Amino acid sequence: MTSLILQVAVRVLMPLLLMFSVFLLVRGHNLPGGGFSGGLVAASAWALFAIVYGAGAARRALRVDPLTLIAAGLGTILASGAVGLVSGRPFLTGLWGALDLGAYGAWMVGTPLLFDFGVYLSVIGVVLTIIFVLEEE
Amino acid sequence: MTDLLLVLPVLIPMSTGILTLLAWRRRRLQRGLSLAGAAGLLAAGVALFAEVSGPGILSSQIGGWPAPFGITFVADLFSAVMVLVAGLVGFTVALYSLTSIDPILESFGYHPLYHFLLMGVSGAFLTGDLFNLYVWFEVMLVSSFVLMALGGGRRRTDGAVKYVTLNLLSSTLFLVALGILYGLAGTLNMADLAGKFAQVSASQPVGVLRMLPMLFLIAFGIKAAAFPLFFWLPASYHTPPIAISALFAGLLTKVGVYALIRVFSLIFVGDTAYTHTLILVIAGLTMVTGVFGAISQNEFRRILSFHIVSQIGYMIMGLGLGTPLGLAAAVFYIAHHIFVKTNLFLISGVVQRLGGTLDLRKLGGLYATRPVVAGLFLVPALSLAGVPPLSGFFAKLGLVQAGVADGRYLIVAVSLAVSLLTLYSMTKIWNEAFWKKAPEAGAREGARPDADLRAPLVPVALLAAVTVVVGLAAGPVFGVAERAGAQLAHPAGYIEAVLGGGSR
Repeated sequence: MTSLILQVAVRVLMPLLLMFSVFLLVRGHNLPGGGFSGGLVAASAWALFAIVYGAGAARRALRVDPLTLIAAGLGTILASGAVGLVSGRPFLTGLWGALDLGAYGAWMVGTPLLFDFGVYLSVIGVVLTIIFVLEEE
Repeated sequence: MTDLLLVLPVLIPMSTGILTLLAWRRRRLQRGLSLAGAAGLLAAGVALFAEVSGPGILSSQIGGWPAPFGITFVADLFSAVMVLVAGLVGFTVALYSLTSIDPILESFGYHPLYHFLLMGVSGAFLTGDLFNLYVWFEVMLVSSFVLMALGGGRRRTDGAVKYVTLNLLSSTLFLVALGILYGLAGTLNMADLAGKFAQVSASQPVGVLRMLPMLFLIAFGIKAAAFPLFFWLPASYHTPPIAISALFAGLLTKVGVYALIRVFSLIFVGDTAYTHTLILVIAGLTMVTGVFGAISQNEFRRILSFHIVSQIGYMIMGLGLGTPLGLAAAVFYIAHHIFVKTNLFLISGVVQRLGGTLDLRKLGGLYATRPVVAGLFLVPALSLAGVPPLSGFFAKLGLVQAGVADGRYLIVAVSLAVSLLTLYSMTKIWNEAFWKKAPEAGAREGARPDADLRAPLVPVALLAAVTVVVGLAAGPVFGVAERAGAQLAHPAGYIEAVLGGGSR
């Protein structure tokens, strides 16, 4: 699509949408959000880019193959579950640790966040695989 | 250690799926990974079986949430045997597909899908939670939908549409049944339900209590291809590539039978005069309609597909009898059926390669040109029909003994008659494809009568050897089945393993 308005708007919207998707991802543990909805928002940002500039340009801008994203996401999920196993607990047991960020206080990070990040990557990969193929048809 | 052993049969296919996804465009690497992953699953199955056959039933609370709130993975002997046999079939079919699968299908993602399917199958065998079982069913079905339709083409798409529609209907019914059951009992953990459902039963009208088992019976009955819900199976199993239909024929319907046995030996046991009698009637009708369907067919894989239906009847018969011996025979029968039926489908692939077709009228003379193939067909064919000393004989013997001990002579008579008819239709394949003279029509397109068969015959010979060994060592093998049957018939140990103490 060659609409100038859309082309300019995408350049502004895309960083905002991607930041919002990360916000949703991190927020998701206790509040509405999470890997799935975050991944959908990020994928919709890329879908918008693909609609305006074409799937080829979007693939080049993304740099990684969406299939690799699916595999990386599933691998991350597997790893987040295996952390429990390695520490002698059942698979997928949630383990937590504090990440000291100095002036920003201490963040609680744990395997559920890693799991959510895996979901986030997989969702982006799946949605973009479908959208790129449809766009190229 | 227990925690690891119980999830390995799910984690290995999952990791293999991920790695083959990453190696999407490097075919040799992908094939190597696929075979290694399948071998890993088989090894995990062996390890799990070794552990379960010793001290007893294992359980692991996924995520550390105690049952009945979290998801429990649990392996009794029945589950362990199923995972072991699934690993065996997964490995042999992976071996076969390396020699036969079309490179185009590989580029469409055959290998990752294959392993995600195996992941769904293992998960379904190991989970102790009904909703989780639904999820594993979906993992398995979504992969199987794609595998079924892979490569497209009119005939294949036609088969896939029937397969998808009926299976989605079954999933919907399963989900509805889960909703009602959860509303009544407030839990979906199978071990917890065993006690809770009996309590709920006291205060509910009999109509409600009978509706629930019926919903499960229909939902799993469609997946297991039991009478009268089997028609999707012969309509679709002859269309995909041989390796895919061999895997489906061996494993998928048996997951449905597994779910039926689990649910009707653990949860719905209060009204057996009604439910289990009905199951016996269904078993008889499934055997008879399946075998008659097979007799009327003239295509190799269609005959085999109808025989799957007929054999499902035998497995359900063991469940319908409900005695420890009946359940033991059912377990033995399922395991025997999985490797024998997979083997027959693999041989149909070899025959297709030699003759260029699977239409029995156009085949012939293979015994004269390829006696080894003919011999390897005879082993599973006779085993399927129940000829001693192969595994099928002892499977049927167990069922007949259980039926006679229970005084159910009608179903015993039906099962024996169907056995004879099975032998008849195996003889038909033998006569048409192997014994009679090759038709004069001349060489057909795609026929390669002097193809090099050493590689594809390795998995076939492997499975044939398993049939023979299980038949010769029937005593100890049936001993394992008897212990599995006893665990199913007296579920106190299973419930204790899940609810008491958690992971050991």
